[in-house]
Amino acid sequence: MTDSKYFTTTKKGEIFELKAELNSDKKEKKKEAVKKVIASMTVGKDVSALFPDVVNCMQTDNLELKKLVYLYLMNYAKSQPDMAIMAVNTFVKDCEDPNPLIRALAVRTMGCIRVDKITEYLCEPLRKCLKDEDPYVRKTAAVCVAKLHDINAQLVEDQGFLDTLKDLISDSNPMVVANAVAALSEIAESHPSSNLLDLNPQSINKLLTALNECTEWGQIFILDCLANYTPKDDREAQSICERVTPRLSHANSAVVLSAVKVLMKFMEMLSKDLDYYGTLLKKLAPPLVTLLSAEPELQYVALRNINLIVQKRPEILKHEMKVFFVKYNDPIYVKLEKLDIMIRLASQANIAQVLAELKEYATEVDVDFVRKAVRAIGRCAIKVEQSAERCVSTLLDLIQTKVNYVVQEAIVVIKDIFRKYPNKYESVIATLCENLDSLDEPEARAAMIWIVGEYAERIDNADELLEGFLEGFHDESTQVQLQLLTAIVKLFLKKPTETQELVQQVLSLATQDSDNPDLRDRGYIYWRLLSTDPVAAKEVVLAEKPLISEETDLIEPTLLDELICYIGTLASVYHKPPSAFVEGGRGVVHKSLPPRTASSESTESPETAPAGAPPGEQPDVIPAQGDLLGDLLNLDLGPPVSSPPLATTSVQMGAVDLLGGGLDSLIGGPNFVAPPAATVPASLGAPIGGGLSDLFDLTSGVGTLSGSYVAPKAVWLPAMKAKGLEILGTFTRQVGSISMDLQLTNKALQVMTDFAIQFNRNSFGLAPAAPLQVHAPLSPNQTVEISLPLNTVGSVMKMEPLNNLQVAVKNNIDVFYFSTLYPLHILFVEDGKMDRQMFLATWKDIPNENEAQFQIRDCPLNAEAVSSKLQSSNIFTIAKRNVEGQDMLYQSLKLTNGIWVLAELRIQPGNPSFTDLELSLKCRAPEVSQHVYQAYETILKN
Amino acid sequence: MIHSLFLINSSGDIFLEKHWKSVVSRSVCDYFFEAQERATEAENVPPVIPTPHHYLLSVYRHKIFFVAVIQTEVPPLFVIEFLHRVVDTFQDYFGVCSEPVIKDNVVVVYEVLEEMLDNGFPLATESNILKELIKPPTILRTVVNTITGSTNVGDQLPTGQLSVVPWRRTGVKYTNNEAYFDVIEEIDAIIDKSGSTVTAEIQGVIDACVKLTGMPDLTLSFMNPRLLDDVSFHPCVRFKRWESERILSFIPPDGNFRLLSYHVSAQNLVAIPVYVKHNISFRDSSSLGRFEITVGPKQTMGKTIEGVMVTSQMPKGVLNMSLTPSQGTHTFDPVTKMLSWDVGKINPQKLPSLKGTMSLQAGASKPDENPTINLQFKIQQLAISGLKVNRLDMYGEKYKPFKGIKYMTKAGKFQVRT
Repeated sequence: MTDSKYFTTTKKGEIFELKAELNSDKKEKKKEAVKKVIASMTVGKDVSALFPDVVNCMQTDNLELKKLVYLYLMNYAKSQPDMAIMAVNTFVKDCEDPNPLIRALAVRTMGCIRVDKITEYLCEPLRKCLKDEDPYVRKTAAVCVAKLHDINAQLVEDQGFLDTLKDLISDSNPMVVANAVAALSEIAESHPSSNLLDLNPQSINKLLTALNECTEWGQIFILDCLANYTPKDDREAQSICERVTPRLSHANSAVVLSAVKVLMKFMEMLSKDLDYYGTLLKKLAPPLVTLLSAEPELQYVALRNINLIVQKRPEILKHEMKVFFVKYNDPIYVKLEKLDIMIRLASQANIAQVLAELKEYATEVDVDFVRKAVRAIGRCAIKVEQSAERCVSTLLDLIQTKVNYVVQEAIVVIKDIFRKYPNKYESVIATLCENLDSLDEPEARAAMIWIVGEYAERIDNADELLEGFLEGFHDESTQVQLQLLTAIVKLFLKKPTETQELVQQVLSLATQDSDNPDLRDRGYIYWRLLSTDPVAAKEVVLAEKPLISEETDLIEPTLLDELICYIGTLASVYHKPPSAFVEGGRGVVHKSLPPRTASSESTESPETAPAGAPPGEQPDVIPAQGDLLGDLLNLDLGPPVSSPPLATTSVQMGAVDLLGGGLDSLIGGPNFVAPPAATVPASLGAPIGGGLSDLFDLTSGVGTLSGSYVAPKAVWLPAMKAKGLEILGTFTRQVGSISMDLQLTNKALQVMTDFAIQFNRNSFGLAPAAPLQVHAPLSPNQTVEISLPLNTVGSVMKMEPLNNLQVAVKNNIDVFYFSTLYPLHILFVEDGKMDRQMFLATWKDIPNENEAQFQIRDCPLNAEAVSSKLQSSNIFTIAKRNVEGQDMLYQSLKLTNGIWVLAELRIQPGNPSFTDLELSLKCRAPEVSQHVYQAYETILKN
Repeated sequence: MIHSLFLINSSGDIFLEKHWKSVVSRSVCDYFFEAQERATEAENVPPVIPTPHHYLLSVYRHKIFFVAVIQTEVPPLFVIEFLHRVVDTFQDYFGVCSEPVIKDNVVVVYEVLEEMLDNGFPLATESNILKELIKPPTILRTVVNTITGSTNVGDQLPTGQLSVVPWRRTGVKYTNNEAYFDVIEEIDAIIDKSGSTVTAEIQGVIDACVKLTGMPDLTLSFMNPRLLDDVSFHPCVRFKRWESERILSFIPPDGNFRLLSYHVSAQNLVAIPVYVKHNISFRDSSSLGRFEITVGPKQTMGKTIEGVMVTSQMPKGVLNMSLTPSQGTHTFDPVTKMLSWDVGKINPQKLPSLKGTMSLQAGASKPDENPTINLQFKIQQLAISGLKVNRLDMYGEKYKPFKGIKYMTKAGKFQVRT
């Protein structure tokens, strides 16, 4: 006896037979007939012809029959509006029924009959039901207002239902409150301007109370509504957060995510120093992790949202990397999302684990997933510098598998790695070239061509390789064509003699045989450049490229902030604001995170939202790499177009910051003869008038020529990493010349010859002044000591840290790369003694925020000993003063690039318990202060 | 809110549709079919599909797609949670949730769906309440209904619907008052080639079956509640008491429900009860590969591991396998390349093993990927996290209930890489 019998029909004509049954006198038969009708309806059969017969069955005491008829009515009333009127009377009568279930059912069904004529009759019963004594009826009526609004918005407003609905927010029953909120939210969505959900602290309080007591679905509506509220200050935000946090332990994941949204939004208003802020951060992690153990569909939505949360507040999940590891039977859409988040969470601390996982994924079956895993390895290399080497070797391993799509992806990401770490991993180019023939995807071909062009001077047969690509020029995609054009021009500029023919060929292909305007234009530009001024062409085409940024495809901060407000919605799944996809853009209001406003002491300046951008980001770094190649192509031409062509020296953009401020004002003496009453450092404040000359009464001896402090040699390049070559080294400065003292040891079994050394561009332009002279071949186990003279006229690029030096050493075996930090005092020049007047003026002139304070601990030296120690490293004492038993030394030094650093050193002699020195540094380029302090410390402690 | 629901079977037939607002043409499902075609397997169909005028959110369970249609910005989790709730309700009503069963009970299904949503807003989703509104079909009731002409639709407003304990109906009466709690823990783990744990976590739940008269108020306390720092509760649990005293205090729903689910991810707390020794090797040039796996217990606190089942998706290049198990039965499907080995119990004295050879496609290079081994097992009377219930007390009623607690550990997604 199952319902499937309702689907069996006789041949005689189903509708006819049903009609007869519906008009039967027997109740039971009637009911069975209606069930048959409903069954047909559910599978999409048209049974609207039976409308009058079914409506006739409506007047009945049998609740099931009544419900079935209502089901039918809802489906077909629209197609038979005139007939539907017949049902009105019954509805109106049912709305008066003593049984609340029937009253509610009637008002509910009436709202679902989308016929204008009926809605008029609906108003009176609805008004009654909204004030019904039974909350079940009230809550049903609340939803009915939303239905009615959907059918006839004007009617709802005219009848004043909206106000009644607003009153229901204060209802005593939480279920009624929840439904009223849900109905109002839905109406508000189609009425963005109407201030329907006008929230104030009182109504918020009511919502929070209802939140604890209503059903899970009601909680979602209330939480979503709360998220639209902007608390007036941080106290209110905190108190709301406190009352929302218990929702994080709800079994319904939608409740959890809506609660997360409220917390993420209101957190913006809390000060980070608050204990509560930390507690809240800790509380957010477990529920997010739990979402990942739910069904895959829920996981997917959760992961898309976590992706946003991780970008906004990475600290929440930074220790939870492992939950994002992929299981092989996860659905593909979950796998790809997990991978994305893994990279976002990758850091130096967990990179080894992440890489091991990614390598595992790269051997899986699913092609899309494998591709993304390979790309992820590249992104790790770019994000976590310490892992770059391991990532590159992993990629090389993968290239060895010869799996076609793996190789292609690997080449695309290696190109990015080259961009990020120039002159470090080029030794792998040979391996890449071996796989040239297997590349068939445009992106991989373009990447390979870029590599060949960029490193043409290191690839012996670069011309042959590019010529090979040129043969099928017309069949290539635009991106490959553009890249090929640029690469050949680069090659020509690097090896002009052999490649003249090639470049002409490509220029004519690009300008004459192509219909693509981009390609033609670029071809013409190159042609013109090459023919008029080859030197300029070189500067343009081979210009320094800015480094690529660490994080790729981050969401732009303002968009991210907007999306945070939409956590848990479709917008968060698509990572697009609703305006970008919601139908017709109706009801779209841009949301933004609340600004932080402190209630009590507002010491901090109101810091508004844009916390998305990492603070230290360089403006000159290209931010997004959404389509890396697009950027890359522009790059070849980009920088010279946007900024005036660079002059002969290649001062890198980043370095300008460092040098600019220091140079122009510091060296140009006349600028600061008499600065207006600037603030004077506290210690200099008192004797400023007549005492000035007394103050500088100290004459220091001329700097001894003993040379500055030399650190013991440290291992720079362990033998393990350099196929047996071990390098120890240190830096010295003696009588004005800097040198790098190296000790090379051959720990391999073969003889080493043909040594050469090269520095990467660095912050102070350090460069070898002479080639590396190793006179005899280095036989196994032999050690040789070399002093390599350095100068500071090399090209400049700001490094991080400032005193980082990347070195390449070559021998007959291979090229090895290492980086080392040089002590800043090797850059302190001998004429670093400033005139006293100048010192005072400069000290005043440098703004106070450039002053940096440091402590040198445990240095039991007196002023004389300190002075002479420092003097040998070219830090000159200009004046000495004694204030309240403390010796104050005023000192100056100058760096090789002309930056002056002024110092005030406070010593407490004769007090053995105070052996700390206090150092204040002022400099126009405050970045160097930290390193100058380190130099002080090393000099004084040794 | 939720506009419509379509039920689609794996061969792509829409076998049920329900609309809560205006009728949405079923042609909207064409977008779904497109996505279904693109995804190679049913599991891979993306859960959110945009179409020009609607969004399709779907879940895939019991080989049926439940596709919800929405038109405005609605929290997708809300929709997906709701769909899962629909499936759970069907299962609760009919025992199983499958296409024939739904078709057999289509009118009840329709009535239930109508009760669950109103205008797309969830109305009643607690099975306690639903069952009062629409009585689940039983053979007896169907017979009685036919004879007496009564209905399976309740004509009283469910009492729980509006009380402060909406999950419990009033006037419950039992002759035998009993409360059973099952602590079930699933271990999700990834073990790498060398046998060390890459990740491991425990998903635990406490499922309850409470049949108590009246309005009992229960408290459940644990020996080691500190284990539970990441928990999700049934709405009946009083959160404040948990926060302050670490005690679960609640008025239970009537019948079966999930009291609590929890998550233990701290690596040191997750013991791995089994190990797999494997030696799967392909050789270049040879068309034979070697295959050998052994399963053994570790850290089981002296309990037996039962219901062990090993499955592994072999690489495409494997044509056939000839294997001998030391116990249990095994099958290899040469079409899907799925190897499964039903091991049964593990006897620690004589570890089960499966050995033999694989024949590979002649001439093809050896497969790049190594198969991952999936493990299923069960351990009775053990909660692997060490969670233990201390005591269960009842207040508010006078009778003495019968109480029972059961523990069980199962493998969840337990994978061993080779």
